[in-house]
Amino acid sequence: MPTTDTETGMAPDPTAERALLEQFDAIVERNDRVEPRDWMPEGYRKTLIRQVAQHAHSEIIGMQPEGNWISRAPSLRRKAILLAKVQDEAGHGLYLYSATETLGPSRQELTEMLLAGKQKYSSIFNYPTLSYADVGTIGWLVDGAAICNQVPLCRTSYGPYGRAMIRVCKEESFHQRQGYELLMTMMQGTDEQRAMVQESVNRFWWPALMMFGPPDDESPNTAQSMAWGIKRNTNDDLRQRFVDMSVPQAEALGVTLPDPELRWNEERGHHDFGQPDWDEFMQVVKGNGPCNAQRLAHRRRAHEDGAWVREAALAFADKSGGLDTPALVPREGYSTSETEEVR
Amino acid sequence: MSDRREWPLYEVFVRGKRGLNHVHVGSLHAPDDDMAIRHARDVYTRRNEGVSIWVVRSADITASSPDEKDPLFAPSGDKVYRHPTFYDIPDNVPHM
Repeated sequence: MPTTDTETGMAPDPTAERALLEQFDAIVERNDRVEPRDWMPEGYRKTLIRQVAQHAHSEIIGMQPEGNWISRAPSLRRKAILLAKVQDEAGHGLYLYSATETLGPSRQELTEMLLAGKQKYSSIFNYPTLSYADVGTIGWLVDGAAICNQVPLCRTSYGPYGRAMIRVCKEESFHQRQGYELLMTMMQGTDEQRAMVQESVNRFWWPALMMFGPPDDESPNTAQSMAWGIKRNTNDDLRQRFVDMSVPQAEALGVTLPDPELRWNEERGHHDFGQPDWDEFMQVVKGNGPCNAQRLAHRRRAHEDGAWVREAALAFADKSGGLDTPALVPREGYSTSETEEVR
Repeated sequence: MSDRREWPLYEVFVRGKRGLNHVHVGSLHAPDDDMAIRHARDVYTRRNEGVSIWVVRSADITASSPDEKDPLFAPSGDKVYRHPTFYDIPDNVPHM
């Protein structure tokens, strides 16, 4: 039973809008979940669209760095594992696109915004995978950092996002463990293989720390996102948690983390560590990282190369008489979504 | 690309194992029912999550409002006598 409120996100008059806002605030306050057809402030909706879409795009673009090594995996076992992992990333992207669509934008609009560079994806995927050890390092550090970010997001205030994160987190543990096991295997190999692992860790450590976003005092959206229950921890808190987790893992593996300032701080009960190069971070965000152009070009090509498949599927559905419903009418803009109402 | 229509949205329900209900697990786009089942297999059951899948066009679902203040659910709110704990039974009465 949609009202004008849920369709437009706008209340008909200020008093009604205040009542809706109070109801929304109460849901967030008692740690309940906001569901797609609830009224929500426009800022909340926009912030979520930006964050969840970026998350979805990251999973899809994230298939590329590791996909690079599928055809050159050193054994059938490693190849099967890597294929399964990259397939998981596609699945994660689809869970998250579905969650984003409940907020208004269509799948097509989301795809177009990624291809046009109007929505971003995680900067970590703009770094190249230069050696096979990178497959292991990405599993250990990049997926490890992703887990740190994502576990608290299972309790995010927006229902569909939280449910997607629960599915993602269940599968992400396999990703991290296969990566760590790969590195352990290489560390038991030759000196050359051990050097490959260390070189790979040296390249990925700092970009992995950047995955948590800029320091808290330079992250203007954090306070509002936490007040809305979208984020549950600050960037710096999560970064600290990740460093504390990674240090003993690095020791067990026998690699050095490339930070001269990294040491245990007895007083704080945490590790002290150096700051990543935030200028580099901003450059990569702006599109000037080592692989930005390549990643988007590859994604565009894949999308164009797949056009005939999408058309053939539509033609077949047309022939079978299944396509004459309103759901297939091309949509313009967000708020006209037919499907939104039943989600 | 000449045909830019979007594939319709489907809701996916999976029976985890025999004896359990089908449970809603998420949604996906597909051009028709058969493809929806195939996509659901790939997206939602990569790790033996189920023994049976239902897919249904989202547009075919009729929904109540999820708002818990909805008057639709009000009639059940004040009928505490529908719950077993409403009735005081002495402790010495067995098996009840």
